[in-house]
Amino acid sequence: MNLKQVFALLGGILFGFGLALSGMTRQEIVLSFLTLKDLGLIFVLGGAALIDMVAINLAPRFLKKPFTGGEFKRRTHALNKRIIIGAAIFGVGWGISGQCPGSAVASIGTGNLPILIGVTSMFIGAYVQGVLANRANPK
Amino acid sequence: MFPLGIVPYLAGGILVGLGVGFIFVSTGLHATQSSFFDTTLSYFLKRPYFQQREYLDSRGWRIALAAGMILGALICTVTLFQGVFYATPVQWWRLALGGFLVGFGTRLSQGCTSGHGISGLASLSTTSLYAVITFILVGIITATIIQAAGVLP
Repeated sequence: MNLKQVFALLGGILFGFGLALSGMTRQEIVLSFLTLKDLGLIFVLGGAALIDMVAINLAPRFLKKPFTGGEFKRRTHALNKRIIIGAAIFGVGWGISGQCPGSAVASIGTGNLPILIGVTSMFIGAYVQGVLANRANPK
Repeated sequence: MFPLGIVPYLAGGILVGLGVGFIFVSTGLHATQSSFFDTTLSYFLKRPYFQQREYLDSRGWRIALAAGMILGALICTVTLFQGVFYATPVQWWRLALGGFLVGFGTRLSQGCTSGHGISGLASLSTTSLYAVITFILVGIITATIIQAAGVLP
């Protein structure tokens, strides 16, 4: 294991603990947000984004570069149709099942065996997307 | 609006933010989740799409991140939830169909609730803001229709 992997593992433990604590690993709680019965999810997403925003803004002021090297960069993408169409398709899947990638993977740790069906299906969906993308743009 | 209160949500969100923020400060990486599917598939699939440099370079730490997330949720379950394991009442066909669309859509969109929702918004990316608005609105419409059709929970 290299250092990047160690830090990803450690941060991942906090990430997964937080998702379980917040109830996001329970698909019916996510669905109660999407049917507007319990708006708590906003605090999970908003709280996490705010703290990450502080990290992204402060880190380059106090450190020349990340501990493992490289540089501090924001996460930005140019807007295109695929991003919005993909987000809409994701939204349909989210609304059907209450699953998103992070919460579904973390949910395995709560003993939620049925989620393995969902995670396997996510791999299949990513596979089909990759095959189609490859066909459209063979390199 | 908040039948379970806001404390577990806010506390969980803060921990998620600390985890993602810690990874950013220590490595410069954005700890986003949906790329994990593609980068893990790169071990098995030889098509050029799955053999992108970016995927080969990030697949190791993305597996470590996923393992950490599973471990973190397990630690929370064993400690705070006193070892009471959980199984969702959501039907298997919804997990399967929804999961397929989540995997397909997030990869087409280059991000999910963590990629666009946490790291993208934290980076003040307008693209991510549009993506987040799109998946939240479509998610609400879809879940509301399914509930109206009598499919519960």
